[in-house]
Amino acid sequence: MRRGPLDLVRARPETPFEFSFDGEPVTALPGQTVAAALWQAGHLAWRRTRLGDRPRGAFCGMGACYDCLVELDGTPNVRACLAPVRPGALVRTQRGDGHGELR
Amino acid sequence: MVVIGAGMIGAACADALARRGMRVAVLDRGPVVGGTTGAGEGNLLVSDKGPGPELELAVESLRLWRELAEDLGPRALEYEPKGGLVVARDRQAFTELQASARLQCLSGVTTVEVPADALGELEPHLAPGLAGGVHYPQDAQVQPALAAAALLRRARDTGRVHLLAATTVTGLSEGRVETDAHGTLLCASVVNAAGTWSGEIAALAGATLPVLPRRGFVLVTEPLPPLVRHKVYAADYVADVASGSADLQSSAVVEGTAAGPVLIGASRERVGFDRGLSVPVLARLAAQAAELFPALREVRVLRAYRGFRPYLPDHLPAIGPDPERPWLFQACGHEGAGIGLAPATARLVAQLLDGEQPFMDPAPFGPGRFGKEQA
Amino acid sequence: MANSADAVDGHDLGDRHERYDLAVVGAGPAGLAAAAAAAEHGVRVALLDSAPWPGGQFYRQPAAELRASRPQALHHHWPAFQRLLARLDVARERVTLLADHHVWSVTGGSGAFAVRALTGPDQRQARQLTARQVLFATGAHERQLPFPGWTLPGVVGAGGAQAMLKAGLVLPGRHVVVAGSGPLLLAVASCLVTAGATVPLVAEAADYLGYARGARVLAANPGKLVEGAQHGATLLRHGVRLRPRTAVVAAHGTDRVEAVTLGRLDAAWRPVPGSEWRVPCDAVAVGHGLVPQLELPLELGCRTRRLPDGSAALVVDAAQRTSVPGVWAAGESTGVGGVQLAVTEGELAGLAVAGQTAAPRELLRRRARQRAFAELMAARHAPGGGWTQWLDDATEVCRCEEVTARQVRDAVSELGAPDQRTVKLLTRAGMGWCQARMCGPAVARLCGAHDDGAPTRPLSTPVPLGLLAECDTPAPPSEGAPDDHP
Ligand SMILES: Cc1cc2nc3c(=O)[nH]c(=O)nc-3n(C[C@H](O)[C@H](O)[C@H](O)COP(=O)(O)OP(=O)(O)OC[C@H]3O[C@@H](n4cnc5c(N)ncnc54)[C@H](O)[C@@H]3O)c2cc1C
Ligand SMILES: Cc1cc2nc3c(=O)[nH]c(=O)nc-3n(C[C@H](O)[C@H](O)[C@H](O)COP(=O)(O)OP(=O)(O)OC[C@H]3O[C@@H](n4cnc5c(N)ncnc54)[C@H](O)[C@@H]3O)c2cc1C
Ligand code: FES
Repeated sequence: MRRGPLDLVRARPETPFEFSFDGEPVTALPGQTVAAALWQAGHLAWRRTRLGDRPRGAFCGMGACYDCLVELDGTPNVRACLAPVRPGALVRTQRGDGHGELR
Repeated sequence: MVVIGAGMIGAACADALARRGMRVAVLDRGPVVGGTTGAGEGNLLVSDKGPGPELELAVESLRLWRELAEDLGPRALEYEPKGGLVVARDRQAFTELQASARLQCLSGVTTVEVPADALGELEPHLAPGLAGGVHYPQDAQVQPALAAAALLRRARDTGRVHLLAATTVTGLSEGRVETDAHGTLLCASVVNAAGTWSGEIAALAGATLPVLPRRGFVLVTEPLPPLVRHKVYAADYVADVASGSADLQSSAVVEGTAAGPVLIGASRERVGFDRGLSVPVLARLAAQAAELFPALREVRVLRAYRGFRPYLPDHLPAIGPDPERPWLFQACGHEGAGIGLAPATARLVAQLLDGEQPFMDPAPFGPGRFGKEQA
Repeated sequence: MANSADAVDGHDLGDRHERYDLAVVGAGPAGLAAAAAAAEHGVRVALLDSAPWPGGQFYRQPAAELRASRPQALHHHWPAFQRLLARLDVARERVTLLADHHVWSVTGGSGAFAVRALTGPDQRQARQLTARQVLFATGAHERQLPFPGWTLPGVVGAGGAQAMLKAGLVLPGRHVVVAGSGPLLLAVASCLVTAGATVPLVAEAADYLGYARGARVLAANPGKLVEGAQHGATLLRHGVRLRPRTAVVAAHGTDRVEAVTLGRLDAAWRPVPGSEWRVPCDAVAVGHGLVPQLELPLELGCRTRRLPDGSAALVVDAAQRTSVPGVWAAGESTGVGGVQLAVTEGELAGLAVAGQTAAPRELLRRRARQRAFAELMAARHAPGGGWTQWLDDATEVCRCEEVTARQVRDAVSELGAPDQRTVKLLTRAGMGWCQARMCGPAVARLCGAHDDGAPTRPLSTPVPLGLLAECDTPAPPSEGAPDDHP
């Protein structure tokens, strides 16, 4: 395997776990945010914009841009770059304003 | 003609004057819509006004807004004829609301009583347990900055209107307007549409006009689906509007916008030009909105903004020539209704300037009504 | 107080009116140094940060559960960070670390500031405390200048890529083009390659030769030279090419980035026609310098000044005091200048708050030297006006509200909007979730300004309406907020 960030800092993470992204199982490392876990699994987009229905994901990586908004365990508009992911979490692509329940 | 102020009132006046063939310079010390027009909401209301000259002005103004929306296209103004819904928390408030609605009817306002069990049809997310409400189909909404900019643009398209932004008026006398950026402008008449600062402009000409700032905060939520369909507020709002007290009054008007966010506004306080954030004021707006629409509790407020309404002691605007300076027309002091009242104000100014029979008696708005000692 | 929120849990007072001598907002290098210096001299400090761990942008560390035994592999100056934490630990009686506390408003005046924060999962709980004085060490976020395709997934902030790497040990892709302007790009590229990515090239819009003119200032800052040289050596070792006067002028792809078009720039950052070439990649890390986060001090009326790169920064005196009594600032909030300057300023501010009026001369000298260096860097990397030429009509300038360059330009030319605020009112650019943090500098420049503007944000982060409704306790009496006209 090629050298990656984990090797570099000699990380020996606790046991990986699974969560669900749009119904698909995704593996995460304990301590990762939703965005980090999705990046690790090769997903770069988890939101569709309100007006143009365009795909978006993490941009600023530090909680400032709100491009990474996602639906986490039924709550919309959660910043994926800040929210830790937990075993069994239900992560879903957020569509538009995310408030389908209020329609 | 010189119009001082490129806010909603100045824009409407410039447009009305240009349409009558006059040549107009619009001056503003800042950018277009940089004053209160860019810091308020765009409710066009008849519902909050009791019978009297202001209501008469508002009914005409709302008719003119409809025409403008047809002419410029509703999207250019974000015009939405969505109607207002005033709700009463208890029986007594409902009875009072019904009584005032009946009076408003006599002044040309359409009102529809809504019993408690029918409120949900108009507003599905409204809190349960309200005593009833009155629906005001004439109430409407524009996005004030867009509306003012669109009117200014239409005025400029006539080729007779020049906008001089970043130009402060520093002196004023008959036939002469002194400015910092463009020297002295010569003109026949001057329209003072400097909003909350129009008292300063009047003073430059030696006139007195006791315009005071009345601060307001507005809350803006995250974008939402159409959750609030009308302009919804509790009946006690009307009492706030008419209050002369310096203390905080607030009764939240809750409204959705085409762009998604819900606007909640606005508080009313007289605290001078204090821009300091008052969290308790925001808290009160939030609490009142949540009381009307419990679903808003979980929603996030993205932003709050503040503005300073131009306020005259009797809550009526000043429209018309200064009694001692017939060349100086006041068009200011509209407090929390300057957007709604702009087109009719402009019409009145234009008619008076042209020596035409005005569509209503302008005496209640006479700038001379305050006397000198009050300032 | 170790590197987690343990200390917070241990100190949870649960009292809505906790009182402190000093509230330090931001636990990056500046805030940590300030809190340590003040506490060492008897000041009772609350140190708040929205992040789960102290350290700020620079000392961002992998989550504890990732059990990284060598986090320093991604950082320079790691021992300095350890020393700061150790000092705080010694002074722990007087420092309450409130991690995971995002301050959304500071109101009041000298002697009694109300500090309101959001905490808990997804920031849905409230916490309020009172402090006699307040110090802003709120750091910066990245300045972004849009280009066609910059909203494609895989195009990420340079600092953002670095932050995700440092904290989550992940990369956005395997082949990452690094682009934009500023010394941060080298640090980011060197992090990325060390972590296993390939970086086809680093495109720097400015002209590096500019540094030569400031040779004296550079020579006085050997630490900076060494740091730059280390990044340079890392990049050389990995065969990364550095291209000055070059920019990503477009990103391509349908649902994610697949390639970029690079172009040569002239001295004013205008793309040179015919100079474009295409490079395949699966990610782009882009940033054009840093913009101080000033919303909280701006609400209190603190004065600002313009730095050579057009950013606004707080005006402070020799003791790091802002123009408002009782309000202090250190680190990037007084002007972007890097981690060492942040620590120096934090140290000076902490001492001054504690009434230690005679600051060590060495600290003062160091600050002057590091500031001079910062201003030089800011001047060299100031965005040139020509960048707007690489926008096409359809480029979304405002990511949140999806407002295009065309709409912004129409507002300027057709509706007469001369500035960012007016464009916002007329187009919604900057009205969305991020409140113009991403588009503000670009919109200001599209209006012809040479600076970032300084949008006000009365709420520094979104607040749940239900929580706001409960904040009805009056703020402590203010000594008067400034009068001004909007
Ligand atoms: C929070 C809030 C909510 C509101 N909600 C509503 C609502 O829902 N519906 C409604 O109808 N109204 C509302 N209002 C009121 C409305 O915004 C105002 O009545 C209206 O904008 C006033 O417009 P104006 O053109 O008179 O003043 P402004 O928009 O303030 O324009 C005056 C202009 O004069 C310029 N000026 C001042 N002095 C000088 C000088 N010396 N030289 C050159 N130029 C100068 C200023 O720069 C300014 O641009 C609200 C107000 C606030 C604050
Ligand atoms: C994304 C990014 C990456 C960077 N990478 C490098 C690098 O690799 N090398 C380098 O030399 N410099 C880097 N910098 C510059 C770096 O910020 C400074 O050198 C140094 O960290 C500045 O220290 P500071 O204490 O002033 O600010 P910061 O380290 O930014 O710390 C500010 C702290 O304040 C907190 N904060 C802000 N607002 C609030 C609020 N309202 N409530 C609570 N907490 C708040 C933040 O969470 C943060 O922890 C980077 C900057 C950014 C923005
Ligand atoms: S990536 Fe910007 S807020 Fe999450």
